[in-house]
Amino acid sequence: MKTIFLISLSSLARHIHIWLEELIGNPNGVYITEMTIVGISLIVFLVVLCFFLGYAERKVAAFMQIRLGPNRVGPQGSLQIVADTVKLLFKEGLTPTAADKFLFHLAPLIMVITAMLALAPIAFAKDFQIFDMSIGVLYVASVSSMAVIGILMAGWSSYNKYSLLGAMRSGAQIVSYELSVGLSLISIVILTGSLKMSDIVMSQSDGWWLFKGHIPILISFVIFIIASTAEINRAPFDLTEAESELTGGFHTEYSGMKFAMFLLSEYINLFIVSAIAATLFLGGWMPLHFGHWEGFNHIMDYIPSSIWFLGKTFLIIFIIMWFRWTFPRLRVDQLLNLEWKYLLPISMVNILVVTLMAIMGWHF
Amino acid sequence: MGQDVLTEDGLFMVNIGPQHPSTHGVLHLKVWLDGETIVKIQPHLGYIHRSIEKMSENLSYRNFIFATSRMDYLSAHINNEACALTVEKGLGIQATPRAKVIRIIMAELTRLASHQLWWGCTGLDLGAVTPFFYAFRDREAINGIMEETCGARLTMNYMVPGGVMYDLHPNFQKHTKDVMASIKKNLADYDNLLTGNVIFEMRTKGVGVLSKEDAISFGCTGPTARASGVSCDIRKLFPYSGYENVQFDEILATGGDCYDRYMCRMAEMRQSVNIIEQLIDTIPEGDFQEKTKAVIKLPKGEFYQRVETARGELGVYIVSDGAASPYRVKYRSPGFSNLSALSQMAQGVKIGDLVAIMATIDLVIPDIDR
Amino acid sequence: MKEPGYFKTIYLSVISLLKGMKMTGYYFTHLKEIQTEQYPDNRATLVMADRFRGEVIMPHNDLNEHSCTGCQACEIACPNGTIKIITKQEILADGKKKKAIDQFVYHLDLCTMCNLCIVACPTDAIKMGHEFEHSVFDKSQLKKILNVKGSKVKAGVE
Repeated sequence: MKTIFLISLSSLARHIHIWLEELIGNPNGVYITEMTIVGISLIVFLVVLCFFLGYAERKVAAFMQIRLGPNRVGPQGSLQIVADTVKLLFKEGLTPTAADKFLFHLAPLIMVITAMLALAPIAFAKDFQIFDMSIGVLYVASVSSMAVIGILMAGWSSYNKYSLLGAMRSGAQIVSYELSVGLSLISIVILTGSLKMSDIVMSQSDGWWLFKGHIPILISFVIFIIASTAEINRAPFDLTEAESELTGGFHTEYSGMKFAMFLLSEYINLFIVSAIAATLFLGGWMPLHFGHWEGFNHIMDYIPSSIWFLGKTFLIIFIIMWFRWTFPRLRVDQLLNLEWKYLLPISMVNILVVTLMAIMGWHF
Repeated sequence: MGQDVLTEDGLFMVNIGPQHPSTHGVLHLKVWLDGETIVKIQPHLGYIHRSIEKMSENLSYRNFIFATSRMDYLSAHINNEACALTVEKGLGIQATPRAKVIRIIMAELTRLASHQLWWGCTGLDLGAVTPFFYAFRDREAINGIMEETCGARLTMNYMVPGGVMYDLHPNFQKHTKDVMASIKKNLADYDNLLTGNVIFEMRTKGVGVLSKEDAISFGCTGPTARASGVSCDIRKLFPYSGYENVQFDEILATGGDCYDRYMCRMAEMRQSVNIIEQLIDTIPEGDFQEKTKAVIKLPKGEFYQRVETARGELGVYIVSDGAASPYRVKYRSPGFSNLSALSQMAQGVKIGDLVAIMATIDLVIPDIDR
Repeated sequence: MKEPGYFKTIYLSVISLLKGMKMTGYYFTHLKEIQTEQYPDNRATLVMADRFRGEVIMPHNDLNEHSCTGCQACEIACPNGTIKIITKQEILADGKKKKAIDQFVYHLDLCTMCNLCIVACPTDAIKMGHEFEHSVFDKSQLKKILNVKGSKVKAGVE
């Protein structure tokens, strides 16, 4: 199906590649320069993204709570997060005397690095991926589970029994919910037949999987959203950081820029989880096509693919934020109860149903 | 980790300190834990003790009422009413019929506002931030009524021995009716957001059970005790100030867990709206204040009056020796007895449940410390 | 796995969660319900209730006269010593000496706005003003003298 895009990030990338080849000539040099450019632009993108997400979170929270939210710093309060970040920069970064210094400094870095690494295979636009590896989905699932190491390191090295308690709880939570996340991802992989991100997106060119694989994929989608909210330690599963009758969780002892890095990693994780959901279930950068409505499809094609992708991601981010500001918190045993007794059995049965559906061709 | 932090029985003591987001005021709790399970709780009070009772010994019988607004500041009108009623008992007079009805309406508005703040804070303690704002929107409406008639929003000081300080604002009836209409609509919203929510039910059902015998033996009153089945509504058992002429139900439940306490208070909110609607159109005309002497002197003796605040039974006990100031004033505060049952209620629960229990007992620490 | 009520539990839970989300979603989309008062910006249009207790003031009329006779009823009524009346002896036209008010000292930092002084005043000399922004950097500015240089206007009684 021919699709026309007005602004094309992939052609931009191609032009830069050609220009660099003329400039430097040496293929290794071109490669290294491209990697540097990608790295820097990724960091800039993530920082801008976190500003935007922090602002959006506060505005969404405010509107749901019948109030205005930040509206003084910058136009409509958009520079509020910048002000908060500058404030965190100026804070004194305290390190407890008895803490394990190496691990203490390393933990936030690990969280941010694993969060950033998971962005590699995500398709931001047509032909615009940092690294389209053949095991895209597996890579994302494994890299995001390394975040547990960062959390446990932070809890352990703080030399504070309350932080350790919070970190242990958080570790248990993340490890258990990974199972449900993995099973939901597998259900799409079964239908597509490939782990490669671009293949998954291309297989949705005649309709998003959420519509094509009807009820089982819908169940998969809901389980994925719930389980990933638990993975990123957000409400209603945020007992480690907000149930502060004893402790502030694994990041109690952190202050200043290291604390900002924990917040940064939380928002990046939020973005990644929504991006994965958008790619696998909602079609990634594929525009919304309805079967044979040629006119409608043609109009939809004019909207650039990056706008489609970002729109879908932000929709899922909005839903996850909606959860946070509506529901009370779960207790730790209720949380694990939910996973092991409800989400996991349903996921397992769902996988069987999806496999049957894929073999018999019962999807659209 | 260095020193031995366990006590002899292997328990682990933790301070839930005076500065804390979940204790409703400055409450210091020492909690003995066995792993994650609570074995014993010891509250330490006194962080906001302002010696109101001792101060009252130097003030006249008109003056000492203002300090009680700051005791249980969420039921300020009812506290003031209790003091005024005790002085009236000593003088042997009754308030005028108009003042009695005004007192009931003000008391029920205060109860409604207090329960709304409690609802918002319960949601906040359990992790849902949004109910807090919805509750305050309605509470603002009630505070607007108070501001219009009494002039102040929190420490109203509107009750005097003999009646009320000045007459109602001409706009009072219409304003109250409008606010009641909007509150009735919003109470249904409260149920949607928190009451029926499965997460909320999981956190509160079966948690912090207080049996009927324990409630009586600890002296709990108010919705804390009524949820365990103890019938103790002072408005019904020892009616004062005209409550005998008003139709309302006493809300009792049998379970005694957090969910029952929650439902009791929600039902009480509806009863308060009901009472206000019964009375708002039929306020009798007449004086708003019974004439008393310029300097009030109570005869020698002891006088006690009990009222039903939003938290339970408040008792005001005045010992007089004939002078213009009381010899001794003692307040039987509802929060003190309810807090003493905390250790019993929190036997064997996890730490996360402690917050839920404290939220549903509805503590206001200045009431306990006076 | 198939406990009795397993699926019913799931169904009811999901329904209750969706009801909650519907409520917050309603307020998210109906921005007209926002109640925030943009306080420092709306000082020009801010109207307080007429009985609002901001601070005690002594209204003076156009001839710079007030109604305070210096009877000290408010000082006696005040529970915590916020008001101090300083009187002087004034010699009237017919030679008699009369007590009159020299300075009405009002400690705004002690006042609890309980209204007892207003009610106790027999000549309606003081009333509650609507000013509520009392913060100052220097505490001595909170000790106010309420009467300007003026004379009493009515034949008030002691």
